Parts: sequence; C-alpha cells; structure tokens
Amino acid sequence: MPIVETRNLSKRYGSSLAVKELTLSVESGEIFGLLGPNGAGKSTTLKMLTTLIPPTSGGALVGGCDIVRQANAVRRIIGYVPQLLSADGALSGFENLLIFSKLYEVPRAQRRARIEEALEVMGLSEFARKLVRTYSGGMIRRLEIAQAMVYRPKVLFLDEPTVGLDPVARQAVWERIGELRTAYGMTIVLTTHYMEEADDLCSRVGILHLGEMMALGTPAELKASLRVPDATLDDVFVNFAGTSLQTGGSYRDTRRARRTARRLG
Amino acid sequence: MTHEGLGAPRAASDSAGAAVVRLVKKTLVIAELEVRKLRHDATELVTRAVQPALWLLIFGQVFTRVRAIPTGNLRYLDFMAPGILAQSVLFIAIFYGIAIIWERDLGILHKFLVSPSPRAALVLGKALSAGVRSLSQAAIVYLLALLLGVRLNSNPGAIALVICAVILGAAFFATLSLVIASLVKTRERFMGIGQIMTMPLFFASNAIYPIAIMPGWLQVVSHANPLTYEVDALRGLMISGGSAAYGVGPDLGILVGATAVMTLIAARLFPRVVA
Ligand SMILES: Nc1ncnc2c1ncn2[C@@H]1O[C@H](COP(=O)(O)OP(=O)(O)OP(=O)(O)O)[C@@H](O)[C@H]1O
Ligand SMILES: [Mg+2]
Repeated sequence: MPIVETRNLSKRYGSSLAVKELTLSVESGEIFGLLGPNGAGKSTTLKMLTTLIPPTSGGALVGGCDIVRQANAVRRIIGYVPQLLSADGALSGFENLLIFSKLYEVPRAQRRARIEEALEVMGLSEFARKLVRTYSGGMIRRLEIAQAMVYRPKVLFLDEPTVGLDPVARQAVWERIGELRTAYGMTIVLTTHYMEEADDLCSRVGILHLGEMMALGTPAELKASLRVPDATLDDVFVNFAGTSLQTGGSYRDTRRARRTARRLG
Repeated sequence: MTHEGLGAPRAASDSAGAAVVRLVKKTLVIAELEVRKLRHDATELVTRAVQPALWLLIFGQVFTRVRAIPTGNLRYLDFMAPGILAQSVLFIAIFYGIAIIWERDLGILHKFLVSPSPRAALVLGKALSAGVRSLSQAAIVYLLALLLGVRLNSNPGAIALVICAVILGAAFFATLSLVIASLVKTRERFMGIGQIMTMPLFFASNAIYPIAIMPGWLQVVSHANPLTYEVDALRGLMISGGSAAYGVGPDLGILVGATAVMTLIAARLFPRVVA
C-alpha cells in the first residue's frame, strides 16, 4: 500500500507553476529520490507534502491522511529535514534533540536513551554538550538525522541532505540514511541533484524538471530505457530533461555554501 | 490557507481536556528552549539594562526636580518607575517577531511547523519566551529603583502579581510582533515598522505622564493602548502608596483578553511566513 500518494499536485507562484500536476506514489519502506536541477520544484513538492504550504490544486495523502484537511494527523507521522542546515546554533546538540523529542511526544522514560543512542550512532556523542554553532556542516546534518532517529517518523522527508558536504561527510550521511530505513522501517523521500546519491541509495527515482515529472522508475530501469551501453543516471537526465543536471546551479550553490559557511563561522 | 483549525490536533480519541493539556505542554517546551538559550548566553540581558537605566537616571531625575508633571501623592520618580519597566518590556517584546523571520530564513521555523504542535502553542510559547526575557528587565528596574530610592512595595503577593503583569505585557506585544512579522515577512520591513510603532505606543500611554494631562484625542488612543493597562497594574502593585486607576484585576483581565485575541490572529497568520 502506498504511504505517500499525490494526485495532480500543483503549486503556482504568481504566473509560474513551480510544480505541475505531479502524480506519484511511494511505497512503504522505500527510499524515493526526487531528482532535478535548481528550480525544478523539489523543495516545493516537499513543502506541500510536509503541510508547510498548501497546494494550488490537486492533492496528496500521506499515511492515508489528506495533507490539507488532516494536516495535524500527517504531522504526527512525518519528519522533515529542510534544505538549509537548520539546527539551533544557540543550543547544544543534546538540547536540540531534547526539545524535539518533547515536541514529538517521545515518552519521557525513553527520551534520554533514544537521544544518547542517536548521538552515538551519528558519531556525535563527544560533542553532545557543545553548542551547535561550533559544529561543521556535516555534523549539523548528522544531528538533524539523529533528530529523526529520536522521534522515529513513519515517513521522513529529506531536502538535499548532502548539499554542501565534502565527499566523506556525504558518504557518512548516505550510510546513516540507509540505516534509518533498515533499523526503523522508515519510508524516506529525499531530493538531490547528485546522481551518484540517487543511484546508491534510492529504490526508485523521479526526474523532475521545471515542475514536471519527466521519468519515474528504479535507477536500473531508467538507465536501461536509454538503450545505450553503460548509461549513467546523468545520461538519463540529459535524455529526459534535455539539459545536464549540473548546469545552472552554480550561483545558488555558491550562495548556499557561503550562507552555510557564515552560519558556522 | 489550510482548512484546519487553530487548536490542537483532533485525533478521534482526543477530548477537549487532552487538547488543552497538549497546548500547555507544547507552549512550555517552546519557552524551555528560550530559557536554555539564555542560560548559554546571558550577555544580551546586560546590554538590555542600559536603556531603562538611562531613562530612570536622566529623565526621571530631571523631571522629579522640575515637578512639571502632576502625579498626585507620588513623587515623579515613583510614578515613572513602573512606566519604565513597562517600556523596557515593550521594547523587548515588540521586536520579538523578528526571531520568527530569522528562524524562517535559517529553516528552523519549518521544523517547528512540521512538528505535531498546535499552532497556538507555537505562538504562546514565543509569547511566554518574551515574558521570560522580560523578567530579567523587571529585576534590573527593581534594582535601579531601589538604588534611586523609589518606594517599592515589598509585599510578596504584589511582587508575584508584578511578575504576572510583566509576562502578560510581554506576551501581548510579542504576539502583536508575530502578527506584524507574518504580514511583512522580511527583516528590513519589520525593523522599519517596529521602529515606527514603539514610540507612539510608549508616548500614547500613561507610562511617563498621567492620561489626564493629554489632549482629548490622545486620551482616547491611550485608553485603547494595552500598555496603559500594564503600566496601571504595575503602578498599583510595584510602588508603596501607588494605586491602579482602573483596578489591578480589570487591568490584568484586559491584558489576558488582548493577548488571547492576538494569539488567535497570530496562530492563523504566522504559518504563512514560510509560504
Ligand atoms: N516562495 C516562493 N515565491 C515565488 N516563487 C517561488 C517560491 N518558492 C519557490 N519558488 C519558485 O518555484 C520554483 C521551484 O523552486 P524549488 O525551491 O521548489 O526548486 P528546487 O527544485 O528545490 O531547487 P533547488 O535545487 O535550487 O533547491 C523556482 O522557480 C522558484 O523560483
Ligand atoms: Mg530545493
């Protein structure tokens, strides 16, 4: 049974459609990747699915609940890691997890054990009492994933979980995401513009371009559909979107990296 | 806008009582967050002490000497001390909404909005946080007032009510600030509007002179200004020999009502800052 189901989900900003009639379903236990260049509508899709913004038309069910009419029920079963590094720098890592464990109503008796376990698994135990302001980008991302481990949502939405991380940190985050699925049976919906990430991690990917779903399937299926030997997901993307994934993003990427640097510096 | 209500989630098993408990618990979690931040970095509390000190030392001393303002049986300094407390609370709370814009820009607000917390609890939590910050102002103003020889009322019951009045005053202006932040959405515009608002709110009140000496139109404005009722309650509670013109009970009642209305408006508006 699909745990996320969208039907003609659309979002309009002024005269432009950020997301166009998106229809897709994600099965329970999947890691689903939304792939696309800057401005494709990935974040907008996630914001609708996490009840942050209402769709202009169409709709979606998460865990069987309507994202607009039953927003509160949806919020009980989901977790969300926004695109920006968003832990509170003025609190320690431990405190960040503690506050969210309370907001998500983790039973008091289990809070401490779960927080300590999550910090341990994410390799943050020795920094637990340090202010997050002093963390590196990779550490903040791991802390945010630790947050999800503490409250254990049924569906976790990750918006570009590895953007701005160096290759080692990126690899570490991928491994942790995989563990969330195996350890807690979480369904994970993530966005990325790293083909490698999608190929490595996702059971299925959707290629989004200018708000439209251009292709949908397992990485292997998509590569096979090109009928060229040794096709990569990059080739798939060029084929469906008519442009390379890595172009066009440089300005926003730098700006984002700079913003992250400023936050951490 | 979504169709959901402002209140707690309505799972089928939820009674109204459980919803209220959830509202209170989540409000306290948000306030706890603020207290923890203050524990890590209290420097802001010190810098915030400068302004009320200047008002009491300079303005208060001078006007006590010239006796230009009729304050009944109170010395001018005694009359104005509660007004300066209310003012310093106002100045903290009215800029509180910028925290929401700031947190939106950092992505932090998104995570709070996605959590299963009643929107009203997120607003009230921020309001209570502003109240917590304001209490340090109260302590500073009390200390300064003591040094300047203001005749303070040391009755513990009265002091407890001062704490209530300060928290309520802060809560009202912080929720007002959240409403403004939700409407203007950017830091620059918010700062502009905040600066435009603070002075009229302060001067169109009984903070540093009695309403009776104002022109008629300003009296009307002052009576519609919740700051007036905060100051009035503080004047009745803080100063020995002071009295509340409208009664402490009605003053606090008006503040509770005004905060409740503003909370409902803010709970509806502020999820839009992420849109
Ligand atoms: N609040 C907004 N107001 C107006 N336009 C918006 C708003 N948010 C997004 N858009 C527009 O919608 C389109 C999709 O944006 P979105 O952020 O969803 O893209 P994305 O795929 O997440 O891109 P990126 O890889 O850069 O994060 C873009 O053209 C963007 O400019
Ligand atoms: Mg995005």
